[in-house]
Amino acid sequence: MIKLKIDHKFVEVEKGTTIYHAAKKLDIDIPILCYMNLEHLDIENKPGGCRICVVEVEGRRNLAPSCSTKVDEGMVVRTNSMRVINARRTVMEFILSDHPKECLTCSKSGGCDLQDLAQQLGVREIPNEETCEMSTYRLDTSPSIIRNLDKCIMCRRCEMMCNEVQTVGALSAIHRGFEAAVGTAFEMNLEASTCTYCGQCVAVCPTAALTEVDHTPQVIRAIADPKKTVIVQTAPAVRAALGEEFGMEAGTLVTGEMVTALRNLGFDHVFDTDFAADLTIMEEGTELLGRLKKHLAGDKNVKLPMLTSCCPGWVNFFETQFPDMKDIPSTARSPQQMFGPIAKTYFADKLGIKREDMVVVSIMPCLAKKYEAQRDEFKVDGNPDVDFSITTRELAHLIKQANMDIKKLDKSDFDQPMGESSGAGVIFGTTGGVIEAALRTAYEIHTGKNLEKVDFDQLRGMEGIREATVDFDGLDLKIGIAHGLGNARKLLEDIRDGKSHYHAIEIMACPGGCIGGGGQPQHHGDSAILKKRAAALYREDAGKPIRKSHENPAIKELYETFLGEPMSEKAHHLLHTHYFDRKRKRNIGV
Amino acid sequence: MSKYKKHIMVCGGTGCRASESDTIVEKMKKELENRNLDKDVQVVITGCFGLCEKGPIVKMLPDNTIYTEVKPVNVTEIIDEHIIKGRKVKSLLPADSYKGKTDSKNMDSFKKQIRIALKNCGFINPEVIDEYIASNGYEALGKALMEYTPEQTIDIIKKSGLRGRGGGGFPTGLKWEFAAKSKGDQKYVVCNADEGDPGAFMDRSILEGDPHSVLEAMAICGYTMGATEGLIYIRAEYPLAIERLQIAIKQAREYGLLGKNILGSGFDFDIILKLGAGAFVCGEETALIHSMEGLRGEPTIKPPFPAESGYNNMPTNVNNVETFANIPTIINKGAEWFASIGTKKSTGTKVFALAGKINNVGLIEVPMGTTLREVIFEIGGGIQDGKKFKAVQTGGPSGGCLTEKHLDTPIDFDNLIEAGSMMGSGGMIVMDEDDCMVSMAKFYLDFTVEESCGKCAPCRIGNKRLYETLDKITQGKGTEADLDLLRNMSHVIKDTSLCGLGQTSPNPVLSTLDNFWDEYIAHVKDHKCEAGQCKSLLQYNIIAEDCVGCTACARVCPVGCIAGEKKEVHIIDQSICIKCGACMDKCKFNAIELI
Amino acid sequence: MAKVKTLADLRKMKSELRSKIQVRENPENPESIVQIKVGMATSGIASGAKEVYNFFTEELAKRNLSGITIQVGDMGYCYAEPTVEVLVPGKDPIVFGYVDVKKADQIIEKYIKNGELLDGIIPPNYQNINE
Repeated sequence: MIKLKIDHKFVEVEKGTTIYHAAKKLDIDIPILCYMNLEHLDIENKPGGCRICVVEVEGRRNLAPSCSTKVDEGMVVRTNSMRVINARRTVMEFILSDHPKECLTCSKSGGCDLQDLAQQLGVREIPNEETCEMSTYRLDTSPSIIRNLDKCIMCRRCEMMCNEVQTVGALSAIHRGFEAAVGTAFEMNLEASTCTYCGQCVAVCPTAALTEVDHTPQVIRAIADPKKTVIVQTAPAVRAALGEEFGMEAGTLVTGEMVTALRNLGFDHVFDTDFAADLTIMEEGTELLGRLKKHLAGDKNVKLPMLTSCCPGWVNFFETQFPDMKDIPSTARSPQQMFGPIAKTYFADKLGIKREDMVVVSIMPCLAKKYEAQRDEFKVDGNPDVDFSITTRELAHLIKQANMDIKKLDKSDFDQPMGESSGAGVIFGTTGGVIEAALRTAYEIHTGKNLEKVDFDQLRGMEGIREATVDFDGLDLKIGIAHGLGNARKLLEDIRDGKSHYHAIEIMACPGGCIGGGGQPQHHGDSAILKKRAAALYREDAGKPIRKSHENPAIKELYETFLGEPMSEKAHHLLHTHYFDRKRKRNIGV
Repeated sequence: MSKYKKHIMVCGGTGCRASESDTIVEKMKKELENRNLDKDVQVVITGCFGLCEKGPIVKMLPDNTIYTEVKPVNVTEIIDEHIIKGRKVKSLLPADSYKGKTDSKNMDSFKKQIRIALKNCGFINPEVIDEYIASNGYEALGKALMEYTPEQTIDIIKKSGLRGRGGGGFPTGLKWEFAAKSKGDQKYVVCNADEGDPGAFMDRSILEGDPHSVLEAMAICGYTMGATEGLIYIRAEYPLAIERLQIAIKQAREYGLLGKNILGSGFDFDIILKLGAGAFVCGEETALIHSMEGLRGEPTIKPPFPAESGYNNMPTNVNNVETFANIPTIINKGAEWFASIGTKKSTGTKVFALAGKINNVGLIEVPMGTTLREVIFEIGGGIQDGKKFKAVQTGGPSGGCLTEKHLDTPIDFDNLIEAGSMMGSGGMIVMDEDDCMVSMAKFYLDFTVEESCGKCAPCRIGNKRLYETLDKITQGKGTEADLDLLRNMSHVIKDTSLCGLGQTSPNPVLSTLDNFWDEYIAHVKDHKCEAGQCKSLLQYNIIAEDCVGCTACARVCPVGCIAGEKKEVHIIDQSICIKCGACMDKCKFNAIELI
Repeated sequence: MAKVKTLADLRKMKSELRSKIQVRENPENPESIVQIKVGMATSGIASGAKEVYNFFTEELAKRNLSGITIQVGDMGYCYAEPTVEVLVPGKDPIVFGYVDVKKADQIIEKYIKNGELLDGIIPPNYQNINE
């Protein structure tokens, strides 16, 4: 143990602790900006770049960054001497002097780390502002993410997420000196880079340098258009996080309040993506069992493990990084993209309206969904199956614009038939949930027996890579789970090297799964938030009367009246897809 | 075969010429002719002796006698006494020659320089290893491998008192010891040849003139710390140094002086080159290591120090070229010998690159403790065109300026820091009365802004703001409040920056504020630049009594800021004038002045 | 090239190399030759040292003088590049500054052949350490 003195108080901490954390123990909150601790990933972003967290250490010539300076025995630290406060303020003035002052219209206003800190440090003017040159860059818009590097403060959080966590390698520091920022290689468009639109960069950006493409204006106009029937679907992870935007405790479920809000906003039919998740299980589960049967029969042409395909960030990842393995993932579309065509055929027929007069909006915890909705293979004569995909954050903005507060709304139920879902569909939103949902159905179909205990506890948790063996009535089914693309890469490399022994693998691009998606309220590095969101989904699952996808009556009806069998020709046409080699298609385009 | 029996060498440097050395030459020639000696004795005008303060200098050959402060009236005496009678003219001998040493080879005052790091530069062919071996090359490596343990070798370096020549001045022996004590499966010796200070070229000269000395020293270092691999990080803008290093490495390998089992000792060591793209910040050792690893050249926080976790996260010792170049001589001649040169806390010599408004621009090596006066006036040949010395910038963009009052300060690591500057890698830029110190500070900030890696906010943005404020002042738009701002920004940038670059970049500002406060005040209060360097502060003015009203100036003015009727005095509207000077060139009556 | 296998080998090699040089520099020895060192660091080459080097090499042969031209590093007198040091056996080395082809010709004709000095000699101003 190391004993030291911080602001005249003694504290004892373990060797290797930083001054920042030692001060926390004394309830001293040293202001931070670039530092971010992602405990659930066992990773810390501490480039020591912002210099906001500097403190005075007796005997040292210069101020020390508390986030990355380890404590020493007998150290005497001042976190709030006037020398420190002057330095912090001056550095903040420097940062603001090179930052656009457009807070009034900035999408991050009110949720911006830089803005909060500037207020805390009492900065009221920028000295010689009129002579301060600003570093400027071109704006880069992609289907999902907007990069406005004018607002980049070089905290490097996005770079860490993109490279160390996700191993995507689309973002890194570019240029030198005053022009330095985090961007793509050769300043190519994000669209031309290896970006998967997982949005983890956006999730950690302290300013509005990286933001989602805002589709709320289009949604508002669609609802306002009396000629259009506007259908909305909400992904499972949204209900477990939306409340946070309204000051509610993380992990509060607001399903009913959300449905009310959506209905109040004027959506004609409020449906649930969980319905489509159940549909996905029917298709994907059937595909898995088919492959498994052939494999067990000794068919060498069958590829195993089968990988899940419901995460668009993950699909983008293997299309760009592992195109040689594009025949391994399931061909089943993601729930969002199963919902779209069913809505625009099955449900449109029910309503008796034309495809063109229906607008499908999805509420997603995800940025890659925006891109997925725009993919050509998900359009019919140029009309997309899903017209607009907006994030949890965008929905919160929309609700606030309509002067509603989730906390004060009554609960109500989803509309029928596409609002009906099982508990299996709900847990899609967390890591391990898709495969658990699939097993509930696959087990019963494969064994013909009733599954007594639907909770597969061995599949749950926050470990980056997990595995479990499930007894399928004598057959040991080996399951792998990875969340975070860096972990996915490891499993993929094992498969490529022939070292993988799994029958099925679930992969989610974002750490934690959809609950940690790039479109969710910012977690600011607090991993407890992710755990609470996951727990909320399992809670909702446990409370559902139906917990297996194949028991969802609306799904049964859909097959009986419209699709026929899972994997039928019609199902293939509407609910399955194919993948592309995007390695060579990406090139440097500015 | 020699036509002449004796030679009289008269200094033709600028300083001596200013004190009539030309006349001395003419008189010498005439007097020799008068005495019929012009066929036996040749009068030669030489380049600068460096000793301008004691000029004019006359040197007699073949006996190498030096006469100082020679005046034309002394010419006959020198010829009659020295040439004809063979007696020395005692009154003209320099003060310290009375000790009996009267030829220039032994005269201490003439030999301000001692060459250790540069000992082979300009003497041996750098592309021929035999010449290096003939000059005692690889003897030190052999000695270390055969006669000393690694600990003993480190001990010699420690006792020698050698401190890092790259600028930091950290004791080299200690650094080696840390690296030796660190545990790692593989260790590395790195030579930092990323010389980046404006006006500095010491390292390049050593690598181009004596590459083997660096290779030898790296092998010795490898032996002491248990490293078998050496890397030289050299900027790609040094193609000749790279070529000569490649040749030297190849030859050393062929001779078995690099490679496996060197000199039968069982010690293996080899060296490869790593080329840098020439970023100044890559001189900082953690940035250098990242650059070698193929990462972005930017520093990380220390600790961990490279000695614990450096290249490939293994223990790494990084030394600068000049530091290494001293090592073989220290091993060969002993720690005591080396420690006897220089001052107590800064032993040995330092190589400086003299540049700026000095007569003898070039490379010099002087013992630590030599004064600035000696360097500038007794080696450097004084200020160009007889102008007045104003300041010297040491330590490049990280250093500060030293002024008249520092001229007699002995140069060593600690004294320079105390004087508000630093040793740096050894660039010395001399400034005269025509140099504006605000502009000088601005010049260096311009450099730092370019070269900051951009990782930390104070260096990335703060330096830019410093530059902009200085620019505002040189444009005559500064206020006294800006001076306070400069000071505060400078202190904060120093106090909060991540690496040595930002921690020192405001030094040129702070030291000029300290030493030339009046000059700053003149810029912001009176809007005057004494040195006349800040163009925006100059004013073109029409002298009423000389103006005849010819209208020529008004017609040539590109912005139409000159008004006046024909045959009447013209007036310049200063608020519009762009100071192009066209009016002054055009005026036939010298009626336009620049004030 | 043979490997230098031991420290003794290295020292033997050194003494052989040194005695060769001494033979070269001893005016009494019939094999003595003039050595011309041309400062050929970047600064020297940039000021034209290569041309000077080639001139000396070719002209010594043409004019039947026994001498060698050696490229060396920076002599330190950067203000007077290209710099050339001429070592005539038995004499102190002389450094000439601002050497171009014309001056090189004078060095050969006047100094090497006749011992006559030229204006613009650079006086040495440093001590070298003896090892």
